[in-house]
Amino acid sequence: MYTLTTDEAMTALDDTARLLTPDGCRIADARLDPWVEDLDGAALRSLYRDMAIARRMDAEGVALQRQGHLGLWAPAQGQEAIAVGTARACRADDFLFPSYRELSIAILRGGVPADLVLAWRGEVHSTYDPFELRLASPQIIIGAQTLHAVGYAMGIQRDGGDQVAVTYFGDGASSQGDVNEAMVFASSFTAPVVFVCSNNQWAISEPVAVQSRFPIAGRAPGFGIPSMRVDGNDVLACTAAMRWALEHARRGGGPVFLEAVTYRMGPHTTSDDPTRYRDREELEAWRARDPLTRLEAFLRAAGDLDDETIAAIGREADGLAAQMREAVLTARTRPAIEVFDDVYCEPHTGLEHQRARFAAYLDSFAADAGSAR
Amino acid sequence: MTSLTMGAALTAGLHRAMAADERVIVMGEDIGRLGGVFRITDGLLDEFGPTRVIDTPLAESGIVGTAVGLAMRGFRPVVEIQFDGFVYPAFDQIVCQVAKLHYRTRGRVHMPLTIRIPWAGGVGAVEHHSESPEAYFVHTAGLRVVAVSNPQDAYTMLQQAIASDDPVVFFEPKRLYHTKGEVDLDGDVADAAPMGLARVEREGSDVTLIAYGAQVATALDAALAAEDDGISIEVIDLRSLSPVDYRTVAASVRKTGRVVVTHEAGGEAGVGAEVIASITEQCFHYLEAPPQRVTGHDIPYPPAKLEKHHLPDLDRILDAVDRVLDRPNSLTSAAGVER
Repeated sequence: MYTLTTDEAMTALDDTARLLTPDGCRIADARLDPWVEDLDGAALRSLYRDMAIARRMDAEGVALQRQGHLGLWAPAQGQEAIAVGTARACRADDFLFPSYRELSIAILRGGVPADLVLAWRGEVHSTYDPFELRLASPQIIIGAQTLHAVGYAMGIQRDGGDQVAVTYFGDGASSQGDVNEAMVFASSFTAPVVFVCSNNQWAISEPVAVQSRFPIAGRAPGFGIPSMRVDGNDVLACTAAMRWALEHARRGGGPVFLEAVTYRMGPHTTSDDPTRYRDREELEAWRARDPLTRLEAFLRAAGDLDDETIAAIGREADGLAAQMREAVLTARTRPAIEVFDDVYCEPHTGLEHQRARFAAYLDSFAADAGSAR
Repeated sequence: MTSLTMGAALTAGLHRAMAADERVIVMGEDIGRLGGVFRITDGLLDEFGPTRVIDTPLAESGIVGTAVGLAMRGFRPVVEIQFDGFVYPAFDQIVCQVAKLHYRTRGRVHMPLTIRIPWAGGVGAVEHHSESPEAYFVHTAGLRVVAVSNPQDAYTMLQQAIASDDPVVFFEPKRLYHTKGEVDLDGDVADAAPMGLARVEREGSDVTLIAYGAQVATALDAALAAEDDGISIEVIDLRSLSPVDYRTVAASVRKTGRVVVTHEAGGEAGVGAEVIASITEQCFHYLEAPPQRVTGHDIPYPPAKLEKHHLPDLDRILDAVDRVLDRPNSLTSAAGVER
């Protein structure tokens, strides 16, 4: 018989799998250790670099929105370890299905800075080619992408491939029917898919306790899916857990569920005000668990990171952020008539009629301008 | 030509599409061993195996949502929604994902998905098993919506829908599953009329009567009955609800000058409203009388014992024909009803 234990279970931080303490000390975990034995100083430094770049570009996104260049931005500060740790563990031919808060993954998958901003500016709905980066367009409907990942994984099975589909979503999404249906389908069909739930404690203004009275990772076994609750601010633990999960799925073991416990340091999006719904003490407590300073402390202590390297990474991140800004400032809004493009693959007479009417309307301005001269 | 029920014609169409392209897979509730509650997928599991004929969990959003992922992997899923009223849990996946992914990705992601929906009433079913939700999907850009009315179209248009790179919501009138008709099983689908075209089912000169799905048969019955009164009705089967083939519709209206549209769904913001609005935009000066709608009432679908009062029958259609011809009709005879 399963019973609810305590309310603290879903927010308690010390029952998460972890390899680095908040102050950057390496600790042992028999489950995770074997998966990161090969990571040397250079590899860890590379993870630090990726996180630093993710943070810098996220900050640039916030600034661009505050300066009026973007309509909206969904900050990911504090959650860098999950994106970097899990996405770096993937193979290039694995297919990832993110929500809107895993933008940095596009860069990790080979995207360019412009891919992060033009949709938020309102120029296009998405920029990159999903098949080129093997990364689905960012999903805004909460949890919808989890089903797409499972379907894609079912397709991998049918093709006899050994790729894995990965999907990202938040603690709020765990309440959605689609996420639960995705787990049913994934489990029933033994689909090679990894669910990565970023439990960042807040779904806009709603604390995770409103979504779940039980650790979210604890739900997965009820679907027949093995799960792990991992410290989402520990990039080493995220990497190890993801490697375990991917291997399990890749070898035919079926789906795996990771709950990465983290904290969204900023607002849900630039539209909301977290000071209305959460305490400053909570924020500060989480600041002490920061994923970058944690890894930095560990690497410095090991002699694998110094001021010079950090400065170099900072310059590299600044350069990418500048490219992102440049993409925004030089963005050219497409001609009006292009709003009709790509609604259908094949001709649709109703839309073609409407397009022709609108084109004539637009042309009438040109005619007016001509007659005025 | 072979005489087949519409159900058997759909099965044959699915079979041919699956045999022609191994990326075509079918999925839905009870579609495997049972062959679907209407037996449309009968025999496919034995022929094509469980990797291509997938009995799914009972979750409509899950069925459509996983089909999206399969389509992204290069498959051509044909999903069966068991009954019309069960499509609503999948509504978000259909209108927010299936319909928009091509647009959202600027043409990079195709959604060659066919969503089959056993549809509409007249079969004495319980609640949620007789609904006409087509207007929701017609209103959604990115979807194609078709409704079949005979076995030949069922066979041909289903293959066309599966071959289309666009998502198609494919409505199959339950009332006609057991209705027989001649089907050319060997004809080249590429030579058949595209599924986007309407068809003049019967030529006439006095009134254009527009219908789709099972209502086409009722419209043809009405045209036959009107003949006794010396009224010549032209009956058009729309076949495609998105897009509507206004070239065919407008040509008929310009000839007759009088229009009646009939469908089972409620009239409010329905397909008939849209068709009449477009006709008035395009052919207003050809109209001799205000166009009329004969639709289901704007009520939740009624209990089976009352559904005959909801479904537009021959007499209600003829009454509307009388209205557009300014002959005595229910409105002129009933006291106190505003015209």
